[in-house]
Amino acid sequence: MTAAPAADGPEWRLLLPLGAFFVLFFAAPLIVLLLVSLSDGLALNAFSLTHYARFLSDSFSLSILVDTLALGAKATAVCLLFGLPVAWVCVHASPRLRSLLLFLVILPILTSVVVRTFAWIVILGQQGILNKTFLSLGLIDAPLRLLFSEVGVVMVLAQVQMPLMVLPLITTLQRIDPNLADASRALGAGHWRTFRRVILPLWLPGLVAGCILVFAACTTAFVTQTLIGGARLVYMPLYIYQQAAGANNWPFAAAMSVLLMISVLLVVYLLNLCGRSRWATRHG
Amino acid sequence: MARTRLLDLDRMSFRFVVGALAAIAFFFLIFPTLIVLLTSFTSTASLRFPPPGYSLRWYAALLDARQMQQAALNSLKVAIAATALSILLGTSGALAIGRSTARWAKILDSIFMSPLLLPALAFGFAALLYFSLIGVPLSLATLVLGHVAVCVPFVLRTTIASLAQLDPALLDASLSLGAGRFFTFRRITLPLIGRGIAAGAFLAFMASFDNVPVSLFLTDARTEVLPIHLWQIIDTDLDVRTAAASGLLILATIALMAAAERFAGLSKQLH
Repeated sequence: MTAAPAADGPEWRLLLPLGAFFVLFFAAPLIVLLLVSLSDGLALNAFSLTHYARFLSDSFSLSILVDTLALGAKATAVCLLFGLPVAWVCVHASPRLRSLLLFLVILPILTSVVVRTFAWIVILGQQGILNKTFLSLGLIDAPLRLLFSEVGVVMVLAQVQMPLMVLPLITTLQRIDPNLADASRALGAGHWRTFRRVILPLWLPGLVAGCILVFAACTTAFVTQTLIGGARLVYMPLYIYQQAAGANNWPFAAAMSVLLMISVLLVVYLLNLCGRSRWATRHG
Repeated sequence: MARTRLLDLDRMSFRFVVGALAAIAFFFLIFPTLIVLLTSFTSTASLRFPPPGYSLRWYAALLDARQMQQAALNSLKVAIAATALSILLGTSGALAIGRSTARWAKILDSIFMSPLLLPALAFGFAALLYFSLIGVPLSLATLVLGHVAVCVPFVLRTTIASLAQLDPALLDASLSLGAGRFFTFRRITLPLIGRGIAAGAFLAFMASFDNVPVSLFLTDARTEVLPIHLWQIIDTDLDVRTAAASGLLILATIALMAAAERFAGLSKQLH
């Protein structure tokens, strides 16, 4: 083998296997999805926008898409509210406590989603722990309907996806120079003001990254949505699955999948943009 | 005097709010796992908590759960194959784009990471349409291909991160001392990024073993995988064997995590 020029070696060739895989088994399926959504089946003929028109003009379908995006937004907000303090405590804990806390944060994300969701059924059910505790404390007279309610789904999604929020938050918070907060406090700004004016702006990249990951995960969380939401609460993943598997209505299901993808990517894009513009106005 | 008190109030209220929210969050992070573990040892046929008595009967019942065992075996096969492929594709890809600062490398990086952001369920359906269109019947092999697309980003992410910490002077030194490219890779690069690859491989394995959105479309009765099997049981008739299976999964996860922490420094690779 003759020596290649050392500076710009044949490293790009290492990209070929992954590149070929992505073209064949990621990009190609997505293109087929798009084509099927525009036609009347796998025969790929009679191209039209019929299925998109059908979805967008049907208020029931449209409300499911809106509900799904709203569900993602609510669960992300709850995740953020609790994720910020969790990351803060992890970073400021002593090294020993810190590895224990990190273990507690990582364990749920590695435990099967089905298992975690199942745990919540035991907790939230009519005979569940939460209802029993509330009843015995006299806080409520009749069992609350937590299972099969939107509040329940939001709660469980927030818990299940929490690590996706906390890990990027920890990464970014660690990189913030602690002297900045010390300086701000020494100059008379209190803890709250220091947090709002010094820490939060510097934390924004991690915050945006966490929100994007959680939002994307919540909108496609089929298991949690179906098991906690039940049959009455329908979100896009179940709707797509029903149309694709049950009714064998592939083009319509394909159009729904494309619409879900576009809406999720749009939100991701907006979140990114929002993170960048805030960053620019403060530091540009 | 009043000012000091105000500062105290400021500090205390900040610590209280952060501490209280974090305490609630940590409680809810651990609580469900503990509940499942305890419930799985119940002696009765209902999922009541706390259990009226404890026994191992539901774990024993798993020994007869043929369908569940077959599903677990399928999951294991698919996860191992998907992880092996992800390591091959992800590591080579990371070597190509990880050290480059070029614009195309950044763009490719976000393309290869995109499976983590796109709704996986939509991709699963897309893969079903694709395989049907090109006439490939569904099998464990097609399931593996579908899983690799969503598992590769994990290996790519951790390997690129560990490559970023690799001092390029080491490679230059090795090459200028006459070692070939492959020798340098095997003796210098690989040992230094090995932990990154291992951490990514661990995450890819767990992601594949636990995957539902992609498997939902790419499996049939013959190739059923464990998470889907459990989901169906929970969805139709809640039975306590699910709790025992969940208990086993939790214990296996903890054991694997301890191993990953020991050999790959998992918690350091994740943030």
